[in-house]
This record gives sequence, structure tokens and C-alpha cells, in this order.
Amino acid sequence: MATQQTRSLARLMMAPSVVLLFVWMIVPLAFTLWFSFQQYNPLNPIRDGFVGFSNYALFYSNPAFLQSILNTLTIVVAVLLITVIGGILLALLIDQPMWGQGIVRILVISPFFVMPPVAALVWKNMIMHPQYGVFADIARFFGGQPIDWFGQYPLTAIIIIVAWQWLPFATLILLTSLQSLDGEQKEAAEMDGAGFVSRFIYLTLPHMSRAITVVILIQTIFLLSVYAEILVTTNGGPGYASTNLPFLVYQKALLEFKIGQASAGGVIAVILANIVAFFAMRAVGKNLDK
Amino acid sequence: MARAVTTQHKTFATAAAWIVALLIFFPILYTVITSFKSEQEAIQGFNLFPSGTMESYSEVQAQSGYFKFFLNSVLLSVGSTILALLVAIPAAWSMAFSPTKRTKDILMWMLSTKMMPAVAVLFPIYLIFRDTGLLDSRIGLMIMLMLINLPIVVWMLYTYFREIPGEILEAARMDGASLWNEIVYVLTPMAVPGIASTMLLNIILAWNEAFWTIRLTTTEAAPLTAFISSFSSPQGLFWAKLSAASTLAIAPILIMGWFSQKQLVRGLTFGAVK
Repeated sequence: MATQQTRSLARLMMAPSVVLLFVWMIVPLAFTLWFSFQQYNPLNPIRDGFVGFSNYALFYSNPAFLQSILNTLTIVVAVLLITVIGGILLALLIDQPMWGQGIVRILVISPFFVMPPVAALVWKNMIMHPQYGVFADIARFFGGQPIDWFGQYPLTAIIIIVAWQWLPFATLILLTSLQSLDGEQKEAAEMDGAGFVSRFIYLTLPHMSRAITVVILIQTIFLLSVYAEILVTTNGGPGYASTNLPFLVYQKALLEFKIGQASAGGVIAVILANIVAFFAMRAVGKNLDK
Repeated sequence: MARAVTTQHKTFATAAAWIVALLIFFPILYTVITSFKSEQEAIQGFNLFPSGTMESYSEVQAQSGYFKFFLNSVLLSVGSTILALLVAIPAAWSMAFSPTKRTKDILMWMLSTKMMPAVAVLFPIYLIFRDTGLLDSRIGLMIMLMLINLPIVVWMLYTYFREIPGEILEAARMDGASLWNEIVYVLTPMAVPGIASTMLLNIILAWNEAFWTIRLTTTEAAPLTAFISSFSSPQGLFWAKLSAASTLAIAPILIMGWFSQKQLVRGLTFGAVK
């Protein structure tokens, strides 16, 4: 009887979270799915109605679509490569005995706490500006020509900014994992004459593998939906050179009011995220069992 | 001999780490430095030594009413965090102390809601907000931020609560403590550090959220993320002002962040890395 009571109490305690999240997930998503099969234009409602899959066809035939998918994946892969490799190297470096380790940690982690619009605008104006930025100052100092980052290499510029924001995250998590490595094991390996490289490959890397998986998965979730950094720097341009899928959907929905097409794009974004989520959930679930 | 090598090693590691750390920190440092320059100084090339003028700070307030946005950021991040805690604490509590077969599935499902791309529901949410009058309202945005961070809050609390030993509960029960006493005198003191950590991380996440806060506000409820985004098109000479506004926008959360490194690792890896 008591357990029965506890169980229903437990259910009652869980209900608000579950109901809220369920409504938050299902209601808007159902709307999006519905709109994706509709012609719906708040500015020109004459031709509104059911249109089948033509929104998907339109979205698909839009040259910006393929470009935006490609840009989305480029951002994810490039930032992951930079932050994971850079994060491992940085974690190994910071893990060495040194003076002022605490301050080094604080300096390295700081960019993660900078809100995306600030990070993007600071890089755009203070660092990469072709006339007043620090990079331009450096280029001129060496007698070179300053680079117009956002005009010539917009996607690269965005990747640099986003990588700067996420490198601290990767470093912090990999460092935490590294510091939990058993010191005795390391010593034993050293005594056995294992050099730095073989110690790294056979001992450190396997130990960090779980942390690396988590870093990749979590970052992927966030990197798939990079938005503010694009909004305040290139606004997706020039052309569609730096437009990713979230940004294209935003443009279609709130700037062009092509709600049907935007919703079709949204559904595609959900499918893309689900493919990633499938792998993410499995890995996180495995870690939960340990 | 061995000693000398160690010192050398340490010196080298220190130098390398400090150089890399300062390079990574440089954009923040340079922003703070530039915020103490005049607009003329700010565009006169690389210079690490500002004249120390505070005019950009007073101008940011005078021109754009900076304080209102700051206040909104505080209200939204703290308010949404308290809302999330109110909803999440009972849930995490019951999952940690009376887990069922489905507890793990529910946790995984909650996490999966976090993976839904915000942009996919942008328009429906925009419509719902418009039709219910929640657009550009603080309460609407608080609910929004609460919802997007709720899975992380539940997860984080769950991993903390799970570490509270169940035997203590049993002992208290044996001593005849009522459920209420059990919660107030036994569990709460043990749960407070976990709740505080969760709160800290969630305030940081809410403060920096830059999709919904930009898209669902115009003036009244706009927090610092929306304010800073309005600087995206240059307005004449604005480098020093941008720096001052940026410094003010990141300073409080940066300092909070420094104190929450451990919780950050734990919260964002869902307890997988500690």
C-alpha cells in the first residue's frame, strides 16, 4: 500500500516536467509538419491551401538549399576537427606541471562564456575587420595586404569564430578526463620505458575516448544550429556563401514569409538532427549504464 | 640532474601554456582594453594602452538605455532558472529516489527534446506567441528559456540527487521522521550544493541563449543578446562603444563561469565526465 502511494506520488512529481516537454515538443512540431504541406503566406493569403509535397520540391530545387546543407555540414565537421584535435593538444599541455595553472585554465575557458552575438561582433570588428582589425594591423606590419575575411572567406571566418567559442569547452572536458587518469598507471608505463607517444596512444587516448565521444556529440547538437554568429556577421552572404540550414529557414519564414517552404526546411532540419541524435542517444545511454 | 630537467620542463610548459592561453583570451582582453579608449583611439591601429576614458560606457547608457537590456537579461535568466528548478526538482527527485523501469527511458526522451532544432519550430512558436500576446513579453521568454533548458536541469539535478545515499533516508525513516521532516532536515541540506550548481550553470546558459531571445523580442523584453545584435550594422565610429557594451554584457557571466568550471563539465556531459 505504501509503495503504491509512493509510486503515484513519484508519478505526480514527474508529471509537470513530462507534460511541459511533451507539449513543447509535439505542438509546434505538428504545426510545422502541417504548414510544410500548405501554401501559406500571411502577406498574400489568396492562394493558401494544401499543396502536397511541392514545398519540399521548391525547397529542394532552390540552389540555396544544397548549399545550406553543405555549409551546415562544413561548419560542423570543421569546428569538430579544430576543437577536438586542438582540445586534446591543449589539455595535454595544461595538464603538465606549471606555474599558474589555475589562471591558465580560467583564460582558456573564458570564450565559452561569451554570448554568441558578442563573440561574433568582437571578431568581426576588433579582430577581422579589413581596416581596423588586429589581423589587418598585423598584415600591414609585415607589409601584406589585409584580408577581407567576411567578403572573401565568409564561411572560414564563421568557422574560426565558432571554433574559438567551442575550443574551451572541448579543452575543459578533455582536461577533466585527463586529470582522472590514474597516476600510478602512468608511472608504471613510464617505468616500462613507454615513450610519450606510445603512452599517449595506448594509455591516454583510450582513457579519453568517452570524453571525446561526449564532446563530439554535444558540440554537434549545438553546431547544427549555429545562428547568431551568422546573423551578426555575414547575414548569410555574400549570396548564400555562409547560409546554413537554420539560417535559410529563418530567412524563408520571417523575411520572405514563405511559411510552407520554411516549414519544409524545418522538417528537413529535424530529420538531419534526428540522424545525429540517434547516435548521440546511444552513446550517452551507454555511458549511463556504467 | 633529474631535478634540473624537471624545472626546465616546467618552465617550458609554463611558457607554452601561458602564450596559448593569452592568445585564446586575447579577443576578450582587447575588447576590454578598447572599451577604455575614445572612438578616435580605437581606430588608430593596434594599441594595448588605452587613455582610460570612460566616455564609451556613459554613451552606451545615454544613447541606447543599456541598463534596461541588462535588467531584462538578469530577469530572464534568473526567472527562467527558478521556473525550471520548480518544475525539475520534483521530477529529478522522484527519478533519483524511486526509480522505475522507465526512468532511464524518460531521461533519454527528455534529452532528445533538446536535440530538436529550434529553427524547425520558429514559425509556430512565433504564431503562438503573437496570438497569445506573449511576443516581446518577459514572461513569454521566461517560459521559452525554461523549456529549452529544462532537460539539462532535470538531468543535472538527477545526477546530483542520485549521489545522495539512500541509506540515510532509511535511517531517518527508522528514527520515525515524517516525509516532511525527511525532506526538510535530511535531504535538503544534502541537495542544496547540487541545486546551486545547477542554478549557476542554467543562468549562464539562459544569459547566453541567442536564438529565441533575439527572434521573440523587439524592445520591451529584449535582453543583452538582442541589444548587442543591433550593433551588427556599423553606425559610424562605434568600436569603443561596441567594446564597452560587450564588456558589460559578458563580465558578470564570465566571472560566474570561472566559478562553475566543474559544474559545467558535469552538467553539459550529463554526468558522463566528472
